Amino acid sequence: MTETLAPLVAAARQGDRLAFEELVRVTSAETYTLAYRLVGNEHDARDVVQEAYLRAYRAIGRFRGDAKFTTWMYRITANCAVTHLERRRRHRHEELADDAPLADGNVERDPQARADASALRGELGVALQELPPRLRAVVVLRDIYDLPHEAIAAELGISETAAKVRLHRARRRLREQLFPMYGEEQQAHAV
Amino acid sequence: MRCEELAEVVAASVDGDDSDDWRVRRHLSTCLRCQAELARYRKLVRALRGLRSEVFDPGPGLVADVLASLEEAGERHLLRSLLSGHKVAYVGGLAVATAGAAGALVIATRSRGRRVPLAG
Repeated sequence: MTETLAPLVAAARQGDRLAFEELVRVTSAETYTLAYRLVGNEHDARDVVQEAYLRAYRAIGRFRGDAKFTTWMYRITANCAVTHLERRRRHRHEELADDAPLADGNVERDPQARADASALRGELGVALQELPPRLRAVVVLRDIYDLPHEAIAAELGISETAAKVRLHRARRRLREQLFPMYGEEQQAHAV
Repeated sequence: MRCEELAEVVAASVDGDDSDDWRVRRHLSTCLRCQAELARYRKLVRALRGLRSEVFDPGPGLVADVLASLEEAGERHLLRSLLSGHKVAYVGGLAVATAGAAGALVIATRSRGRRVPLAG
């Protein structure tokens, strides 16, 4: 992918708008996928993608060629998604606390519905969407998109330590949902 | 060391973080419960990494919308450049006109000063 994109990136950096448009065509599905994972719905994901490419277009001249264009786009998309979620939270007064309880009423959360989900992948997709956005952002960027802690912290506007804490908390909640422990294993014991 | 104390550490140790603590390593080497927990986390992270290959279909209109917003942004930028160019021209013209008027005033003042009184 990097080799394919390199000439387009070089041309776009020189101000070739057609080259940038081709970059949009080639990478838009991936960018949209990340945006969707972060914001959780199609409408917001489309807004985030649009904003991300606009920012990328304005900043492409400053893009350093040593990084992958896709990774650069992930970072911009993450930043836009966080801004978007923050704006949405202010409008809708959404609860974003890391330890907020899961809301009821979603059919996907029904144990039977979950049991019906045959693939772990499907269950994982549902579990990810059930995470509070702040936890979801970190685990998506780290464990799916393999961004370093430092980059995640920078794009989310938090410290590296906070990014790690959120990651571990997110993993723990996913683990609890996907692989719940049996009663006998839950008894504390000392070693 | 109790298993509860390791809850956060086990979640981190999937990718090697914090595993340099010898107490953690010792506990993990002997505690079947925490080993099972670590195995669950590894399975979870593997599954998460597997999601990387998934690409959602954004639908037909997305690229067109993005390109249209780029076009619009490009036009706005052009318009701003033109407007700022006009502003420069306007300010420049004003400066030239002011300088011209000042020059004319100086010339007029000097020519009045040099006027020789008629002999009577």
